[in-house]
Amino acid sequence: MTQHALYLDLEFCSGCHSCELACRNEHDFDPETNGIKVLEDRPIHYPDAPEGKWHWDFVAYPTEMCDLCEARVERGLMPACVQTCQAKVLEYGTIEECAKKLAEKGKKAAIFLP
Amino acid sequence: MQEWKRQEGDETIFRTCAWSPPGCHPVGCGLQVHVKDGKVTKIEGDPDHPITRGSLCPRCLALKEYIYHPDRIIHPMKRAKEDRGQDKWEQCSWDEATDLVANAAKEITAKYGAETIAVFGGTGREANNWYPQWANLVFGTPNSVYAQAGWSCYGPRMTNTAFMMGGGYPEIDYAAKFPDRYDDPRFVAPEVILIWGKEPLRSNPDGLYGHAVIEMMRQFGTKIIVVDPRITWLGTRAEEILQVLPGTDTALAMAFIYVLAKEDLVDHDFIEKWTYGYDELVERVQEMPPSRAAEICGVPEEQIWRAARMYGKAKPSSVAWGLATDESTNGAQLGMCLVALMSITGFLDAPGGTTLGMGDDQGSVVRDGGSISADEKVDDATDSTLELALKNGIMTQETWYTKRIGVDKYPCVGQVLWTVQPDEFLKCLETNDPYQMHMAGFVSSNPVGTAIGAEPQRWWRALKRLDFNFAVDLFMNPTIMACCDVFLPVASTIEHDGMVVTHYGLNASFYGAQNKCVQVDECKSDVEIMLEVGKKTYPDFWNRFEDDEAYNNFHVFRSWLPWDELRDNVVTMSNEPYYKYKEGKLRPDGQVGFPTQTGRVELYSYAYANFDEDPLPYYEPAAYGPTTMPEMMKEKYPFVLTTGARRQEFFHSEHKQVPSLRQITPWPQVDLNPEDAAEYGIQEGDWVEVFSPYGCIRQMARVTPIIKKGVVHCMHGFWYPEEEGSEPNLFGNWKSNVNMLMPNSVNAKTGFGNTFKSMICGIRKADSLGGPNEPDHIVLEKSRQGEFTVQETWRPADSPVVDPVDYEKEMGVTK
Repeated sequence: MTQHALYLDLEFCSGCHSCELACRNEHDFDPETNGIKVLEDRPIHYPDAPEGKWHWDFVAYPTEMCDLCEARVERGLMPACVQTCQAKVLEYGTIEECAKKLAEKGKKAAIFLP
Repeated sequence: MQEWKRQEGDETIFRTCAWSPPGCHPVGCGLQVHVKDGKVTKIEGDPDHPITRGSLCPRCLALKEYIYHPDRIIHPMKRAKEDRGQDKWEQCSWDEATDLVANAAKEITAKYGAETIAVFGGTGREANNWYPQWANLVFGTPNSVYAQAGWSCYGPRMTNTAFMMGGGYPEIDYAAKFPDRYDDPRFVAPEVILIWGKEPLRSNPDGLYGHAVIEMMRQFGTKIIVVDPRITWLGTRAEEILQVLPGTDTALAMAFIYVLAKEDLVDHDFIEKWTYGYDELVERVQEMPPSRAAEICGVPEEQIWRAARMYGKAKPSSVAWGLATDESTNGAQLGMCLVALMSITGFLDAPGGTTLGMGDDQGSVVRDGGSISADEKVDDATDSTLELALKNGIMTQETWYTKRIGVDKYPCVGQVLWTVQPDEFLKCLETNDPYQMHMAGFVSSNPVGTAIGAEPQRWWRALKRLDFNFAVDLFMNPTIMACCDVFLPVASTIEHDGMVVTHYGLNASFYGAQNKCVQVDECKSDVEIMLEVGKKTYPDFWNRFEDDEAYNNFHVFRSWLPWDELRDNVVTMSNEPYYKYKEGKLRPDGQVGFPTQTGRVELYSYAYANFDEDPLPYYEPAAYGPTTMPEMMKEKYPFVLTTGARRQEFFHSEHKQVPSLRQITPWPQVDLNPEDAAEYGIQEGDWVEVFSPYGCIRQMARVTPIIKKGVVHCMHGFWYPEEEGSEPNLFGNWKSNVNMLMPNSVNAKTGFGNTFKSMICGIRKADSLGGPNEPDHIVLEKSRQGEFTVQETWRPADSPVVDPVDYEKEMGVTK
């Protein structure tokens, strides 16, 4: 069976938390349960960085509660987090497709297997 | 493309566009609402919506928690007047509740005149349609109230736009008007977007789908320049982020124009054909070279040159202007500069530039910025609310011209906005000058609360004294608990039929249907409630409408689309063309050009000149700040305080009771620079007392380098619906409420703007949220405006407030 994954362009994940809520809606999770979670690496200006160039990243990563929305995918839909992502930085595909995207992006991107 | 309503198994799935309630601006995001047995089972984004394409923000995703929240009020309620402030509500019927409202209005109108009734509306919500209609058409009063000091939201930008360009509203081009969006052959992506005083990802800005900025950055390599007192996340993805000292950015905008003119990065052909006063503008900005602006704004001079050049060289370029334009006393001048920056590059209403709207007004703006004669025969169906009120004898011309509060002193506010001037209205409530008010309605507005009314204790006391008050809302809030006698429970966006048009119709990307998906208990839509009361106050007019659909078709959707077509389409793209000014699509007479006095974009503004304001932009320091109050800052209030940055999980004071939203930001945060925090012994997560000359609140420290040393940002809108609601606590209304630190009546000459973006404050470490603000020990400062002479010296036209009140005594707080 082909294994699927989530691709994230973390350069543009804006940290809006929509994926967390969409996931809970889809799976009827309570507010404490996350199938996907947004983590923040808080803003910092690294000493060697050019003036005005700041580091501040969000990363949305799937937890062990994530089933990559099997039921939705079977019906031809995108996983809930992918569909709802406001920045459209979460994508769903086979590992190979995701790896291709990763290589094309070349920086600040990731592939996740829950 | 799916139908607006479909059946899948035992579920009905509705496609609909969101507006409000809950509070949001008219972005009209696409929802799919899953319904089973009349109850919502799931909310998700609508992949067929051309703008949001399946995306949704957390607030709509949490809509199920919101509409079925155990604290939601789902039946009409009444309370005896003597029990105001106490949780002694009683359920009643719709008929009784609307009788109480209508009878009070009729009695007060007969005794004192309809003008002694006021109707409040909160910002940006669908209620923006309703509160003037409640005022003018249900009660016949000219006094609609947007209570934020200096009308500091959207109104100033609307006025700038109306004065300089004649209407519409400029927005960045993101192909939002075309069915095929970015694939439309007419579209070109902006090369550079200048984002000024705005965080489009968080703020749901009036019609712009904010994340479109990211889409264009990713798909087309669009670059951004950000001007903000804080480093925002979006700012970290910008080519340049100019971190200005709060309240100084008019100087920066003037310097941008200076650079563009000096280096000839302007479109002379456009300037010659379509603008008026360019030479005068250029002459004016000679007083603000980047070297001077750099000193004022605290931004490196070289960066100003670099950013302005980048903006000027980009083809095409676009400008997104934000709320910060509205909230300062120098904001009109900032707006003038930004309109100039959109225009002189030649990319106004050009592909990839800054689009203009056709200026249709959804029936709530008076035509051509002025009222019309009642005798004038206009097609009923396109009449504005005011025209309807006058023609149907609900309000007289005399009432409109002589009784609207505050517009005699500030006619500029009254010109484009047909409300009162809020600061003057508060004084009227307190002093009965020019006459005494007797009744108020609150239509999705909470002026005693935490997001709109500066010095909320003044609003609290003044409103509590009125003879009768009612509210149209979903949840109990401090205003209703303290002041109201009747609660009319309103339906949310997925519980009523309606329309949403981006920018309130002023720059329409599309016309979206709000489709009713479910009924929640006894809740009714705003229009249904207006109809019920209106049929009791002015039956001759209101009996023309059998139901809400009839009224909507008549006065809300008007000449656009009949309801059934709108509903079936779900989204109807406006498909407006570019370069409307070249095709005669902006002026009512069909001529080319702009609907201004000169027919051009007035960089030199005759309209401002008519209101005794400088026709050209100028820099003026903030009323409370290092330039104007160096001594006071040295002694007691060493920080510049700014507020109002949005969180996506909250709309202003709303959503605090929704668990999955509140858990994202459980406490109000005050942003402190690490060096300042260290100096005061404050660590991340400590409670901090923030105090200004007007009051003292507590918020939790977030120690972060995104804020400059010497500047503090406080979150707005925080209260604690989980706490005791009765007075004096009012759900912790006074604990973390940044508006406690803000004065009223520190307005610009025009009556616009206030101190929300630039105030002064001090900080100290605190032990907890409670302390002086626990229910048994609330500290409510007397209004101290009389003590501070700032108004007198800085703006002689404004008189200080007399009559300082002992609020604690009035509230019965014992020490």
